[in-house]
Amino acid sequence: MSDTHPPLDYPDYRSTRLRHPLAPLVPLPERLTELTGPVLGEGRVGERDHDLTVQHAGEPLGERIVVTGRVLDGDGRPVPGSLVEVWQANAGGRYRHDGDRHPAPLDPNFSGAGRCLTDAEGRYRFVTVKPGAYPWKNHHNAWRPAHIHFSLFGRAFTQRLITQMYFPGDPLFAFDPILSSVPEAARERLVSRLDLDTTVPEWALGYRWDIVLRGRQATPLEDEEDDA
Amino acid sequence: MTLPVHRGTPPQTPSQTIGPFFAVGLIWPDGPEVVADGTPGAVWIGGQVLDGAGDPVPDALVETWQADGFGRCPTDAEGRWAIRTVKPGPLPAAGGGQAPHLDVSVFARGLLNRVVTRIYFPDEAEANAADPLLASVQDPAARARLVAVADGDRLRFDIHLQGERETPFLAV
Repeated sequence: MSDTHPPLDYPDYRSTRLRHPLAPLVPLPERLTELTGPVLGEGRVGERDHDLTVQHAGEPLGERIVVTGRVLDGDGRPVPGSLVEVWQANAGGRYRHDGDRHPAPLDPNFSGAGRCLTDAEGRYRFVTVKPGAYPWKNHHNAWRPAHIHFSLFGRAFTQRLITQMYFPGDPLFAFDPILSSVPEAARERLVSRLDLDTTVPEWALGYRWDIVLRGRQATPLEDEEDDA
Repeated sequence: MTLPVHRGTPPQTPSQTIGPFFAVGLIWPDGPEVVADGTPGAVWIGGQVLDGAGDPVPDALVETWQADGFGRCPTDAEGRWAIRTVKPGPLPAAGGGQAPHLDVSVFARGLLNRVVTRIYFPDEAEANAADPLLASVQDPAARARLVAVADGDRLRFDIHLQGERETPFLAV
């Protein structure tokens, strides 16, 4: 059992029921480490893709924020030149997606998708609006805490990660089975922190969130999983 | 909030589900086209993603990795996905004598972490028989589910997330 990742079988999150494998995972023989992968993202990122507030004729409604941090590998080294993709609900808690039936308004000035490449120090930076909480049908009166979805590649297949970033102090944390699926000691790693150095005075609050991918080996080093 | 204390290596960031609305951000129009149309040896590889009840999974994202290419395809309403690629070249002995294969990640609503598998090629019987990962799968029926099936000029590879015909998933 990982002390970092959620189990695939997690009954409180109802959709896991028919979608988690029942058989034990097949261990990859240790010598079959996959050290390299294709370089992704070059040519996929437009100049304004990191700014979700300038993708339409007008500005989206909501609380403008800056979200920034570093992408690191399991040894604490920055991951430069790596594609970061984000998507999120608008300030009212509605995704621009046909499947989203939440009767909150769409914002014609907000698509909710962004991309960037990390710089030489592994830093990413997005400008966006704070997403709203929204209801879902997992159980009676179920609401997701505000979050931004993140997709990371790193440099190897073993480092691929899709996750969600949360905002500090959200009172919905305790009621959310998706965040609660993470082992308790690791949950705070998904919560950004308000950062006045990132905040742009008179303009936008800043949040910092560093992302740590696993090492590049297929088999975890012993102390890698012991940590934390 | 106090920051976690760690020695040496920072603690990894946990995975979360991709959720039902990833199409907002993760659709690449050319995602399924790992190689250009007309590339020698190009072949469409695809199939369905199915859940433990045998129902299609219409909100999954299938990604394939090989040394020189990356594919990404969301499933459609019937759970179908497909990518166009070429069979990777033979791996050097340092690669452990592995048969040609694609690494595969599957993300979906209801998967709190990705599941990982491999696609092997049906015209590589000899290399497949010597492949260390395939050899480590004891059940021959399960082992066979890691090899794509020729289907006309395409290759079929269904991904059963759960149940009797469950795809063998790998610990990475």
